Amino acid sequence: MSFVIENDFIQGLYLTFGVTLIDITTKIAGMILKNPTMLASGIMDEDAGSMKRIIECDAGAIVTKSIGLNAREGYPNPTVIELDYGILNAMGLPNPGIEQYRQEIGQLKNSKTPVIGSIYGANAKEFIELGEKMEDYGASALELNLSCPHAKSYGLEVGCDPKLVQEISSSVKERVSIPVFVKLSPNVTNIVKIAKAAEDGNADAIVAINTVKGMKIDLELGKPILSNKIGGYSGKAIKPIGMRCVYEIAKNIDIPIIGVGGVTTGEDAMEYFMAGASAVQIGSGVYYRGLDVFKKVCVEIEQLMKAYGYKNLTEIIGVTHK
Amino acid sequence: MNVPKITKIIENKREARNIITITFRYPEEIVPGQFFMIWIPDVDEIPMSVSYINGDIKAITFRKVGDATSALYKLKPGDKIGIRGPYGNGFKMHGKHILFVGSGTGVAMLAPAVEEAVKNRISSTVVIGAKNKSELFFEKRLKKCGARVVISTDDGSAGCKGFASDVAKRILKKEKINTVLTCGPEVMMKILLDCCKNIPFQASLERYMKCSIGICGQCCIGKGLRVCIDGPVFDGKTLKKVEDFGVFRRDSAGRKIQF
Repeated sequence: MSFVIENDFIQGLYLTFGVTLIDITTKIAGMILKNPTMLASGIMDEDAGSMKRIIECDAGAIVTKSIGLNAREGYPNPTVIELDYGILNAMGLPNPGIEQYRQEIGQLKNSKTPVIGSIYGANAKEFIELGEKMEDYGASALELNLSCPHAKSYGLEVGCDPKLVQEISSSVKERVSIPVFVKLSPNVTNIVKIAKAAEDGNADAIVAINTVKGMKIDLELGKPILSNKIGGYSGKAIKPIGMRCVYEIAKNIDIPIIGVGGVTTGEDAMEYFMAGASAVQIGSGVYYRGLDVFKKVCVEIEQLMKAYGYKNLTEIIGVTHK
Repeated sequence: MNVPKITKIIENKREARNIITITFRYPEEIVPGQFFMIWIPDVDEIPMSVSYINGDIKAITFRKVGDATSALYKLKPGDKIGIRGPYGNGFKMHGKHILFVGSGTGVAMLAPAVEEAVKNRISSTVVIGAKNKSELFFEKRLKKCGARVVISTDDGSAGCKGFASDVAKRILKKEKINTVLTCGPEVMMKILLDCCKNIPFQASLERYMKCSIGICGQCCIGKGLRVCIDGPVFDGKTLKKVEDFGVFRRDSAGRKIQF
Protein backbone atom coordinates (compact mmCIF):
# COMPACT_ATOMS: atom_id res chain seq x y z
CA MET A 1 0.00 0.00 0.00
CA SER A 2 2.68 2.44 1.05
CA PHE A 3 4.56 1.62 -2.18
CA VAL A 4 1.57 2.69 -4.24
CA ILE A 5 1.27 5.94 -2.34
CA GLU A 6 4.97 6.61 -2.70
CA ASN A 7 4.83 5.80 -6.37
CA ASP A 8 1.88 8.12 -6.88
CA PHE A 9 3.68 10.79 -4.96
CA ILE A 10 6.76 10.51 -7.17
CA GLN A 11 4.58 10.39 -10.27
CA GLY A 12 2.89 13.55 -9.05
CA LEU A 13 6.23 15.23 -8.59
CA TYR A 14 7.20 14.34 -12.14
CA LEU A 15 3.96 15.70 -13.48
CA THR A 16 4.31 18.89 -11.49
CA PHE A 17 7.92 19.55 -12.42
CA GLY A 18 7.91 17.97 -15.85
CA VAL A 19 10.67 15.48 -15.02
CA THR A 20 10.58 11.88 -16.15
CA LEU A 21 12.68 9.21 -14.54
CA ILE A 22 14.89 7.78 -17.26
CA ASP A 23 16.80 4.60 -16.61
CA ILE A 24 19.71 3.79 -18.91
CA THR A 25 21.13 0.85 -16.98
CA THR A 26 21.35 -2.36 -18.95
CA LYS A 27 21.82 -6.03 -18.12
CA ILE A 28 23.90 -8.54 -20.05
CA ALA A 29 24.37 -12.10 -18.84
CA GLY A 30 23.76 -11.10 -15.24
CA MET A 31 26.13 -8.12 -15.44
CA ILE A 32 24.50 -4.79 -14.69
CA LEU A 33 26.04 -1.84 -16.51
CA LYS A 34 25.38 1.67 -15.21
CA ASN A 35 24.98 2.74 -18.82
CA PRO A 36 24.99 0.94 -22.19
CA THR A 37 28.23 2.42 -23.61
CA MET A 38 31.30 0.20 -23.55
CA LEU A 39 34.85 0.88 -24.71
CA ALA A 40 35.55 -1.31 -27.77
CA SER A 41 38.63 -3.53 -27.79
CA GLY A 42 41.81 -2.03 -29.22
CA ILE A 43 41.17 1.57 -28.19
CA MET A 44 43.07 3.08 -25.23
CA ASP A 45 43.31 -0.27 -23.48
CA GLU A 46 46.89 -1.48 -23.65
CA ASP A 47 47.70 -0.44 -20.08
CA ALA A 48 45.91 0.13 -16.80
CA GLY A 49 46.42 3.92 -16.88
CA SER A 50 44.56 4.35 -20.17
CA MET A 51 41.70 2.13 -19.04
CA LYS A 52 41.43 4.07 -15.77
CA ARG A 53 41.09 7.27 -17.78
CA ILE A 54 38.26 5.77 -19.85
CA ILE A 55 36.56 4.55 -16.68
CA GLU A 56 36.69 8.13 -15.40
CA CYS A 57 35.08 9.18 -18.68
CA ASP A 58 32.01 7.18 -17.57
CA ALA A 59 32.08 4.19 -19.92
CA GLY A 60 29.63 1.53 -18.70
CA ALA A 61 32.27 -1.18 -19.23
CA ILE A 62 35.76 -1.55 -20.66
CA VAL A 63 36.96 -4.18 -23.11
CA THR A 64 40.71 -4.77 -23.04
CA LYS A 65 43.03 -4.99 -25.99
CA SER A 66 42.99 -8.51 -27.47
CA ILE A 67 45.56 -10.52 -25.57
CA GLY A 68 47.27 -13.69 -26.72
CA LEU A 69 49.53 -16.25 -25.05
CA ASN A 70 52.74 -14.55 -26.15
CA ALA A 71 53.85 -10.99 -26.81
CA ARG A 72 53.28 -9.78 -30.37
CA GLU A 73 54.73 -6.62 -31.83
CA GLY A 74 52.11 -6.17 -34.52
CA TYR A 75 52.77 -4.77 -37.97
CA PRO A 76 55.13 -1.92 -38.84
CA ASN A 77 53.50 1.49 -39.38
CA PRO A 78 51.44 2.84 -41.04
CA THR A 79 48.94 0.86 -38.99
CA VAL A 80 46.14 3.42 -38.66
CA ILE A 81 44.90 6.05 -41.11
CA GLU A 82 41.77 8.13 -41.12
CA LEU A 83 39.77 8.26 -44.35
CA ASP A 84 36.81 10.44 -45.31
CA TYR A 85 34.14 8.34 -43.63
CA GLY A 86 35.98 6.06 -41.28
CA ILE A 87 39.24 4.76 -39.88
CA LEU A 88 41.28 2.00 -41.48
CA ASN A 89 43.65 -0.04 -39.32
CA ALA A 90 45.85 -3.10 -39.40
CA MET A 91 47.62 -3.21 -36.05
CA GLY A 92 48.39 -6.92 -36.24
CA LEU A 93 47.19 -7.79 -32.72
CA PRO A 94 50.07 -6.18 -30.82
CA ASN A 95 49.99 -7.10 -27.13
CA PRO A 96 52.42 -7.87 -24.31
CA GLY A 97 51.16 -11.43 -23.81
CA ILE A 98 48.83 -12.68 -21.08
CA GLU A 99 51.47 -13.03 -18.36
CA GLN A 100 52.63 -9.41 -18.69
CA TYR A 101 49.09 -8.17 -19.04
CA ARG A 102 48.31 -9.49 -15.58
CA GLN A 103 49.86 -6.37 -14.00
CA GLU A 104 47.62 -4.11 -16.12
CA ILE A 105 44.32 -5.84 -15.50
CA GLY A 106 45.30 -6.52 -11.89
CA GLN A 107 45.32 -2.78 -11.21
CA LEU A 108 41.66 -2.61 -12.20
CA LYS A 109 40.52 -5.43 -9.94
CA ASN A 110 38.64 -3.12 -7.58
CA SER A 111 37.06 -1.05 -10.32
CA LYS A 112 33.28 -0.73 -10.09
CA THR A 113 33.17 -0.61 -13.88
CA PRO A 114 33.30 -4.12 -15.36
CA VAL A 115 36.48 -4.92 -17.27
CA ILE A 116 35.99 -7.46 -20.03
CA GLY A 117 39.08 -9.35 -21.11
CA SER A 118 39.42 -9.72 -24.87
CA ILE A 119 41.44 -12.74 -25.93
CA TYR A 120 42.58 -14.26 -29.23
CA GLY A 121 43.99 -17.68 -29.97
CA ALA A 122 44.48 -20.13 -32.80
CA ASN A 123 42.42 -22.93 -31.25
CA ALA A 124 40.21 -23.94 -28.31
CA LYS A 125 43.18 -24.95 -26.18
CA GLU A 126 44.73 -21.47 -26.42
CA PHE A 127 41.40 -19.79 -25.75
CA ILE A 128 40.88 -21.92 -22.62
CA GLU A 129 44.29 -21.06 -21.20
CA LEU A 130 43.79 -17.35 -21.90
CA GLY A 131 40.25 -17.35 -20.55
CA GLU A 132 41.21 -19.07 -17.31
CA LYS A 133 44.03 -16.58 -16.78
CA MET A 134 41.86 -13.56 -17.53
CA GLU A 135 39.31 -14.80 -15.01
CA ASP A 136 42.05 -15.40 -12.49
CA TYR A 137 43.45 -11.86 -13.00
CA GLY A 138 40.05 -10.37 -12.25
CA ALA A 139 38.22 -9.87 -15.57
CA SER A 140 34.42 -9.55 -15.16
CA ALA A 141 33.73 -11.31 -18.47
CA LEU A 142 35.52 -12.56 -21.57
CA GLU A 143 35.25 -11.39 -25.16
CA LEU A 144 36.52 -14.00 -27.60
CA ASN A 145 38.04 -12.25 -30.61
CA LEU A 146 36.94 -14.54 -33.42
CA SER A 147 36.95 -11.76 -35.93
CA CYS A 148 40.20 -9.80 -36.32
CA PRO A 149 40.30 -9.29 -40.10
CA HIS A 150 44.04 -9.03 -40.62
CA ALA A 151 46.08 -11.43 -38.46
CA LYS A 152 47.15 -14.67 -40.05
CA SER A 153 45.83 -17.85 -38.38
CA TYR A 154 43.92 -15.86 -35.74
CA GLY A 155 40.68 -13.96 -35.53
CA LEU A 156 38.57 -14.22 -38.63
CA GLU A 157 40.51 -17.23 -39.85
CA VAL A 158 39.09 -19.07 -36.84
CA GLY A 159 35.82 -17.17 -36.67
CA CYS A 160 34.45 -17.94 -40.14
CA ASP A 161 34.06 -21.64 -39.37
CA PRO A 162 30.82 -22.31 -37.42
CA LYS A 163 32.16 -25.64 -36.07
CA LEU A 164 35.29 -23.99 -34.64
CA VAL A 165 33.26 -21.11 -33.20
CA GLN A 166 30.94 -23.54 -31.40
CA GLU A 167 33.84 -25.66 -30.18
CA ILE A 168 35.81 -22.67 -28.86
CA SER A 169 32.77 -21.09 -27.21
CA SER A 170 31.66 -24.27 -25.48
CA SER A 171 35.12 -25.31 -24.34
CA VAL A 172 35.81 -21.87 -22.82
CA LYS A 173 32.35 -21.83 -21.22
CA GLU A 174 33.03 -25.17 -19.56
CA ARG A 175 36.19 -23.86 -17.92
CA VAL A 176 35.33 -20.37 -16.71
CA SER A 177 32.54 -19.08 -14.50
CA ILE A 178 32.45 -15.49 -15.84
CA PRO A 179 30.21 -14.63 -18.82
CA VAL A 180 31.64 -15.32 -22.27
CA PHE A 181 30.93 -13.00 -25.20
CA VAL A 182 31.83 -13.84 -28.78
CA LYS A 183 32.86 -11.03 -31.12
CA LEU A 184 31.93 -11.66 -34.74
CA SER A 185 33.12 -10.43 -38.09
CA PRO A 186 30.93 -9.01 -40.85
CA ASN A 187 33.42 -10.41 -43.38
CA VAL A 188 31.51 -13.70 -43.73
CA THR A 189 28.76 -14.87 -46.06
CA ASN A 190 26.28 -15.58 -43.29
CA ILE A 191 26.86 -13.96 -39.91
CA VAL A 192 23.69 -15.52 -38.47
CA LYS A 193 25.14 -18.99 -38.92
CA ILE A 194 28.23 -18.01 -36.92
CA ALA A 195 26.13 -16.31 -34.22
CA LYS A 196 23.99 -19.46 -33.94
CA ALA A 197 27.15 -21.53 -33.58
CA ALA A 198 28.24 -19.30 -30.69
CA GLU A 199 24.79 -19.61 -29.10
CA ASP A 200 24.90 -23.39 -29.52
CA GLY A 201 28.31 -23.25 -27.84
CA ASN A 202 26.58 -21.63 -24.82
CA ALA A 203 28.06 -18.16 -25.32
CA ASP A 204 26.37 -15.60 -23.08
CA ALA A 205 26.26 -12.80 -25.63
CA ILE A 206 27.25 -11.84 -29.16
CA VAL A 207 29.35 -8.79 -29.96
CA ALA A 208 28.78 -7.59 -33.52
CA ILE A 209 30.59 -6.36 -35.52
CA ASN A 210 34.36 -6.24 -35.82
CA THR A 211 35.84 -4.04 -38.57
CA VAL A 212 35.06 -4.44 -42.26
CA LYS A 213 37.96 -5.46 -44.52
CA GLY A 214 39.20 -2.54 -46.56
CA MET A 215 42.13 -0.90 -48.35
CA LYS A 216 43.50 2.53 -49.28
CA ILE A 217 45.98 3.11 -52.11
CA ASP A 218 48.27 6.09 -52.57
CA LEU A 219 48.08 7.28 -56.18
CA GLU A 220 51.53 8.79 -56.41
CA LEU A 221 53.31 5.67 -55.20
CA GLY A 222 50.77 3.17 -56.52
CA LYS A 223 50.99 1.36 -53.17
CA PRO A 224 48.56 0.53 -50.39
CA ILE A 225 49.30 2.85 -47.44
CA LEU A 226 48.93 0.32 -44.60
CA SER A 227 52.03 -1.82 -44.20
CA ASN A 228 49.75 -4.87 -44.09
CA LYS A 229 48.05 -3.54 -47.25
CA ILE A 230 44.61 -4.74 -46.07
CA GLY A 231 43.02 -3.44 -42.89
CA GLY A 232 39.74 -3.19 -41.05
CA TYR A 233 37.44 -0.23 -41.62
CA SER A 234 35.59 1.26 -38.66
CA GLY A 235 33.69 4.42 -37.83
CA LYS A 236 30.69 6.18 -39.32
CA ALA A 237 30.78 4.40 -42.68
CA ILE A 238 30.19 0.95 -41.23
CA LYS A 239 27.19 1.73 -39.03
CA PRO A 240 24.58 0.47 -41.55
CA ILE A 241 26.55 -2.78 -41.90
CA GLY A 242 26.66 -3.29 -38.13
CA MET A 243 22.98 -2.44 -37.89
CA ARG A 244 22.01 -5.03 -40.50
CA CYS A 245 24.12 -7.68 -38.75
CA VAL A 246 22.66 -6.97 -35.30
CA TYR A 247 19.16 -6.97 -36.78
CA GLU A 248 19.62 -10.32 -38.52
CA ILE A 249 21.28 -11.92 -35.51
CA ALA A 250 18.57 -10.66 -33.15
CA LYS A 251 15.91 -12.14 -35.40
CA ASN A 252 17.45 -15.59 -35.14
CA ILE A 253 18.99 -16.03 -31.70
CA ASP A 254 17.93 -15.46 -28.09
CA ILE A 255 21.13 -14.41 -26.26
CA PRO A 256 21.88 -10.68 -25.81
CA ILE A 257 23.76 -8.73 -28.45
CA ILE A 258 26.25 -5.91 -28.00
CA GLY A 259 26.21 -3.63 -31.04
CA VAL A 260 29.47 -2.22 -32.43
CA GLY A 261 30.27 -0.27 -35.57
CA GLY A 262 30.08 3.46 -36.08
CA VAL A 263 28.48 4.45 -32.77
CA THR A 264 29.30 8.13 -32.38
CA THR A 265 26.04 9.65 -31.12
CA GLY A 266 23.05 8.75 -28.97
CA GLU A 267 21.04 8.38 -32.16
CA ASP A 268 23.43 5.67 -33.38
CA ALA A 269 23.11 3.84 -30.05
CA MET A 270 19.29 4.07 -30.14
CA GLU A 271 19.22 2.54 -33.62
CA TYR A 272 21.35 -0.35 -32.37
CA PHE A 273 19.00 -0.88 -29.40
CA MET A 274 16.03 -0.95 -31.74
CA ALA A 275 17.80 -3.46 -33.98
CA GLY A 276 18.21 -5.68 -30.92
CA ALA A 277 21.39 -4.65 -29.07
CA SER A 278 21.37 -4.48 -25.26
CA ALA A 279 24.48 -2.27 -25.21
CA VAL A 280 26.89 -0.67 -27.65
CA GLN A 281 30.65 -0.46 -27.92
CA ILE A 282 32.47 2.70 -28.99
CA GLY A 283 35.90 2.74 -30.64
CA SER A 284 36.38 5.19 -33.49
CA GLY A 285 33.88 7.47 -31.73
CA VAL A 286 36.70 8.32 -29.34
CA TYR A 287 38.47 9.92 -32.30
CA TYR A 288 35.40 11.73 -33.62
CA ARG A 289 34.15 13.13 -30.30
CA GLY A 290 36.98 12.82 -27.80
CA LEU A 291 37.38 10.71 -24.69
CA ASP A 292 34.13 12.04 -23.21
CA VAL A 293 32.18 10.42 -26.05
CA PHE A 294 30.69 7.97 -23.50
CA LYS A 295 29.21 10.74 -21.41
CA LYS A 296 27.99 12.61 -24.50
CA VAL A 297 26.31 9.53 -25.97
CA CYS A 298 24.59 8.76 -22.65
CA VAL A 299 23.19 12.28 -22.40
CA GLU A 300 21.93 12.05 -25.97
CA ILE A 301 20.34 8.64 -25.30
CA GLU A 302 18.47 10.12 -22.33
CA GLN A 303 17.31 13.10 -24.41
CA LEU A 304 16.06 10.83 -27.19
CA MET A 305 14.34 8.49 -24.74
CA LYS A 306 12.55 11.47 -23.26
CA ALA A 307 11.60 12.79 -26.68
CA TYR A 308 10.17 9.45 -27.77
CA GLY A 309 8.58 8.60 -24.43
CA TYR A 310 10.77 5.69 -23.30
CA LYS A 311 11.57 5.17 -19.63
CA ASN A 312 14.06 2.32 -19.79
CA LEU A 313 16.14 0.43 -22.33
CA THR A 314 14.12 -2.80 -22.24
CA GLU A 315 11.29 -0.88 -23.91
CA ILE A 316 13.59 -0.05 -26.81
CA ILE A 317 15.73 -3.15 -27.25
CA GLY A 318 14.53 -5.04 -30.31
CA VAL A 319 11.43 -2.92 -31.02
CA THR A 320 11.95 -3.36 -34.76
CA HIS A 321 11.21 -7.08 -34.30
CA LYS A 322 7.91 -6.59 -32.47
CA MET B 1 41.62 12.73 -43.71
CA ASN B 2 44.73 11.64 -41.88
CA VAL B 3 46.74 9.94 -44.61
CA PRO B 4 50.33 10.63 -45.63
CA LYS B 5 50.83 13.19 -48.38
CA ILE B 6 53.70 12.36 -50.67
CA THR B 7 56.47 14.95 -50.95
CA LYS B 8 59.96 14.94 -52.42
CA ILE B 9 63.08 15.46 -50.36
CA ILE B 10 64.61 18.81 -51.38
CA GLU B 11 67.88 18.54 -49.53
CA ASN B 12 69.69 16.29 -47.07
CA LYS B 13 72.41 17.97 -45.07
CA ARG B 14 74.86 16.36 -42.70
CA GLU B 15 74.83 18.08 -39.29
CA ALA B 16 77.15 15.86 -37.24
CA ARG B 17 78.23 12.23 -37.05
CA ASN B 18 75.21 10.11 -38.10
CA ILE B 19 72.91 13.12 -37.84
CA ILE B 20 71.25 14.72 -40.88
CA THR B 21 68.55 17.24 -41.74
CA ILE B 22 66.03 16.42 -44.44
CA THR B 23 64.21 19.36 -46.00
CA PHE B 24 60.89 19.12 -47.86
CA ARG B 25 57.90 21.19 -48.92
CA TYR B 26 54.85 20.80 -46.65
CA PRO B 27 52.58 23.83 -46.59
CA GLU B 28 50.70 23.11 -43.32
CA GLU B 29 51.03 25.53 -40.38
CA ILE B 30 53.09 24.10 -37.53
CA VAL B 31 54.27 25.40 -34.16
CA PRO B 32 57.61 24.49 -32.51
CA GLY B 33 57.27 21.26 -30.55
CA GLN B 34 54.70 19.69 -32.86
CA PHE B 35 55.58 16.64 -34.92
CA PHE B 36 54.94 14.86 -38.22
CA MET B 37 54.44 11.19 -38.97
CA ILE B 38 57.06 10.45 -41.60
CA TRP B 39 56.31 7.49 -43.89
CA ILE B 40 59.25 5.77 -45.50
CA PRO B 41 57.39 3.61 -48.04
CA ASP B 42 57.95 -0.15 -47.62
CA VAL B 43 59.79 0.43 -44.33
CA ASP B 44 57.89 2.18 -41.53
CA GLU B 45 56.24 5.38 -40.40
CA ILE B 46 57.76 7.24 -37.45
CA PRO B 47 57.02 10.40 -35.46
CA MET B 48 59.49 13.27 -35.87
CA SER B 49 59.41 16.78 -34.52
CA VAL B 50 59.90 19.71 -36.85
CA SER B 51 63.44 21.15 -36.78
CA TYR B 52 63.11 24.01 -39.30
CA ILE B 53 60.04 26.10 -40.10
CA ASN B 54 60.50 28.37 -43.08
CA GLY B 55 57.13 29.08 -44.66
CA ASP B 56 56.13 26.11 -46.81
CA ILE B 57 59.54 24.54 -46.30
CA LYS B 58 59.95 22.33 -43.24
CA ALA B 59 62.67 19.97 -42.06
CA ILE B 60 63.41 17.15 -39.66
CA THR B 61 66.78 16.42 -38.07
CA PHE B 62 67.58 12.98 -36.74
CA ARG B 63 70.21 10.43 -35.84
CA LYS B 64 70.55 7.09 -37.63
CA VAL B 65 69.54 4.60 -34.91
CA GLY B 66 67.09 1.95 -36.13
CA ASP B 67 65.72 0.48 -39.37
CA ALA B 68 63.44 3.41 -40.13
CA THR B 69 65.94 6.19 -39.46
CA SER B 70 68.68 4.27 -41.32
CA ALA B 71 66.41 3.95 -44.37
CA LEU B 72 65.52 7.64 -44.15
CA TYR B 73 69.21 8.53 -43.76
CA LYS B 74 70.00 6.88 -47.10
CA LEU B 75 67.36 8.77 -49.11
CA LYS B 76 68.53 11.35 -51.67
CA PRO B 77 67.04 14.64 -52.88
CA GLY B 78 64.13 13.79 -55.19
CA ASP B 79 63.20 10.63 -53.27
CA LYS B 80 59.61 10.45 -52.05
CA ILE B 81 58.42 10.27 -48.47
CA GLY B 82 54.90 10.53 -47.02
CA ILE B 83 54.02 13.08 -44.38
CA ARG B 84 50.96 13.55 -42.17
CA GLY B 85 50.35 16.01 -39.38
CA PRO B 86 51.35 18.22 -37.72
CA TYR B 87 50.29 16.52 -34.51
CA GLY B 88 50.55 17.28 -30.82
CA ASN B 89 50.49 20.47 -28.79
CA GLY B 90 53.86 22.25 -29.09
CA PHE B 91 55.65 24.50 -26.59
CA LYS B 92 54.08 27.47 -24.80
CA MET B 93 56.60 30.22 -24.38
CA HIS B 94 56.23 32.82 -21.66
CA GLY B 95 58.48 34.90 -19.44
CA LYS B 96 61.40 37.24 -20.03
CA HIS B 97 64.14 34.63 -19.92
CA ILE B 98 63.79 31.05 -21.16
CA LEU B 99 66.35 28.35 -20.54
CA PHE B 100 66.38 25.70 -23.29
CA VAL B 101 68.09 22.42 -22.47
CA GLY B 102 68.64 20.10 -25.42
CA SER B 103 70.63 16.94 -25.16
CA GLY B 104 71.52 14.56 -27.99
CA THR B 105 69.10 14.98 -30.88
CA GLY B 106 66.72 16.79 -28.50
CA VAL B 107 68.22 20.09 -29.59
CA ALA B 108 66.80 19.51 -33.10
CA MET B 109 63.20 20.12 -32.02
CA LEU B 110 64.14 22.91 -29.58
CA ALA B 111 65.83 24.98 -32.32
CA PRO B 112 62.64 26.37 -33.94
CA ALA B 113 61.32 27.19 -30.44
CA VAL B 114 64.53 29.12 -29.67
CA GLU B 115 64.23 31.03 -32.94
CA GLU B 116 60.64 31.95 -32.17
CA ALA B 117 61.49 33.04 -28.61
CA VAL B 118 64.29 35.29 -29.85
CA LYS B 119 61.97 36.71 -32.50
CA ASN B 120 59.49 37.54 -29.71
CA ARG B 121 62.29 39.36 -27.81
CA ILE B 122 62.53 36.73 -25.07
CA SER B 123 66.07 36.31 -23.70
CA SER B 124 67.06 32.80 -24.64
CA THR B 125 69.83 30.71 -23.17
CA VAL B 126 70.40 27.32 -24.77
CA VAL B 127 72.37 24.47 -23.24
CA ILE B 128 73.38 22.00 -25.94
CA GLY B 129 74.57 18.68 -24.60
CA ALA B 130 76.29 15.95 -26.60
CA LYS B 131 78.41 12.87 -25.96
CA ASN B 132 81.39 14.50 -27.65
CA LYS B 133 82.39 17.22 -30.12
CA SER B 134 81.64 15.12 -33.22
CA GLU B 135 77.97 14.80 -32.22
CA LEU B 136 77.35 18.51 -31.63
CA PHE B 137 75.11 20.38 -34.01
CA PHE B 138 73.05 23.60 -34.31
CA GLU B 139 75.56 25.60 -32.22
CA LYS B 140 76.21 28.11 -35.03
CA ARG B 141 72.55 28.28 -36.05
CA LEU B 142 71.38 29.17 -32.55
CA LYS B 143 74.19 31.68 -31.89
CA LYS B 144 73.40 33.33 -35.20
CA CYS B 145 69.72 33.74 -34.32
CA GLY B 146 70.66 35.68 -31.19
CA ALA B 147 70.52 33.13 -28.37
CA ARG B 148 73.23 32.65 -25.77
CA VAL B 149 74.61 29.14 -26.30
CA VAL B 150 76.39 27.03 -23.70
CA ILE B 151 77.95 23.71 -24.76
CA SER B 152 78.47 20.62 -22.65
CA THR B 153 79.96 17.29 -23.66
CA ASP B 154 80.16 14.09 -21.63
CA ASP B 155 83.90 13.78 -22.35
CA GLY B 156 84.80 17.48 -22.28
CA SER B 157 85.89 17.50 -25.95
CA ALA B 158 83.91 20.75 -26.38
CA GLY B 159 82.49 23.25 -23.89
CA CYS B 160 82.05 22.20 -20.26
CA LYS B 161 82.62 18.59 -19.30
CA GLY B 162 79.47 16.96 -17.94
CA PHE B 163 75.79 16.53 -18.69
CA ALA B 164 73.51 19.25 -20.00
CA SER B 165 71.52 19.02 -16.75
CA ASP B 166 74.66 19.85 -14.70
CA VAL B 167 75.25 23.01 -16.72
CA ALA B 168 71.56 23.90 -16.51
CA LYS B 169 71.61 23.44 -12.74
CA ARG B 170 74.43 26.01 -12.43
CA ILE B 171 72.57 28.51 -14.60
CA LEU B 172 69.36 28.01 -12.61
CA LYS B 173 71.24 28.82 -9.38
CA LYS B 174 72.81 32.02 -10.67
CA GLU B 175 70.23 33.53 -12.98
CA LYS B 176 66.58 34.47 -12.99
CA ILE B 177 64.91 31.98 -15.33
CA ASN B 178 61.17 32.20 -16.02
CA THR B 179 60.68 28.95 -17.93
CA VAL B 180 62.68 25.83 -18.71
CA LEU B 181 62.02 23.97 -21.97
CA THR B 182 63.76 20.68 -22.58
CA CYS B 183 64.12 17.73 -24.91
CA GLY B 184 66.60 14.91 -24.54
CA PRO B 185 67.10 11.61 -22.74
CA GLU B 186 64.26 11.20 -20.27
CA VAL B 187 66.49 10.44 -17.31
CA MET B 188 68.26 13.78 -17.89
CA MET B 189 64.92 15.59 -18.18
CA LYS B 190 63.72 14.06 -14.94
CA ILE B 191 66.85 15.27 -13.12
CA LEU B 192 66.24 18.70 -14.60
CA LEU B 193 62.62 18.70 -13.45
CA ASP B 194 63.77 17.97 -9.90
CA CYS B 195 66.18 20.95 -10.09
CA CYS B 196 63.48 23.32 -11.32
CA LYS B 197 61.39 23.29 -8.15
CA ASN B 198 58.86 26.08 -8.77
CA ILE B 199 60.17 27.28 -12.11
CA PRO B 200 57.68 26.47 -14.89
CA PHE B 201 58.95 23.48 -16.84
CA GLN B 202 57.99 21.84 -20.14
CA ALA B 203 59.51 18.68 -21.58
CA SER B 204 58.95 17.04 -24.94
CA LEU B 205 58.60 13.25 -24.65
CA GLU B 206 59.20 10.50 -27.13
CA ARG B 207 57.23 7.25 -27.22
CA TYR B 208 56.62 4.48 -29.73
CA MET B 209 53.62 5.71 -31.71
CA LYS B 210 51.16 4.02 -34.02
CA CYS B 211 47.97 5.95 -34.80
CA SER B 212 49.12 9.47 -33.77
CA ILE B 213 45.44 10.49 -33.57
CA GLY B 214 44.78 9.52 -29.97
CA ILE B 215 42.98 6.20 -30.21
CA CYS B 216 45.34 3.22 -30.20
CA GLY B 217 46.79 3.81 -26.73
CA GLN B 218 50.33 2.80 -27.72
CA CYS B 219 52.00 6.06 -26.59
CA CYS B 220 50.06 6.50 -23.33
CA ILE B 221 51.88 7.46 -20.15
CA GLY B 222 50.62 7.81 -16.57
CA LYS B 223 46.86 7.79 -16.35
CA GLY B 224 46.07 7.56 -20.03
CA LEU B 225 47.93 10.67 -21.19
CA ARG B 226 48.44 10.32 -24.93
CA VAL B 227 51.85 11.62 -25.98
CA CYS B 228 50.51 12.08 -29.54
CA ILE B 229 47.59 14.35 -28.59
CA ASP B 230 47.92 15.46 -24.97
CA GLY B 231 51.67 15.89 -25.60
CA PRO B 232 54.36 15.51 -26.76
CA VAL B 233 55.06 18.55 -24.56
CA PHE B 234 54.00 18.15 -20.93
CA ASP B 235 54.45 20.61 -18.08
CA GLY B 236 56.30 19.84 -14.88
CA LYS B 237 53.16 19.70 -12.75
CA THR B 238 51.73 16.94 -14.95
CA LEU B 239 55.01 15.04 -15.21
CA LYS B 240 55.47 14.94 -11.44
CA LYS B 241 52.36 12.74 -11.32
CA VAL B 242 53.45 10.45 -14.17
CA GLU B 243 55.21 7.45 -12.68
CA ASP B 244 56.58 6.36 -16.08
CA PHE B 245 58.50 9.62 -16.60
CA GLY B 246 62.22 8.87 -16.66
CA VAL B 247 61.51 5.28 -15.60
CA PHE B 248 60.08 3.24 -18.47
CA ARG B 249 58.60 3.31 -21.94
CA ARG B 250 56.62 0.66 -23.85
CA ASP B 251 57.72 -1.25 -26.93
CA SER B 252 55.42 -1.96 -29.86
CA ALA B 253 53.99 -5.01 -28.07
CA GLY B 254 53.20 -2.86 -25.02
CA ARG B 255 55.94 -4.38 -22.85
CA LYS B 256 57.58 -2.07 -20.32
CA ILE B 257 61.21 -1.21 -21.10
CA GLN B 258 63.25 0.48 -18.38
CA PHE B 259 65.28 3.53 -19.43
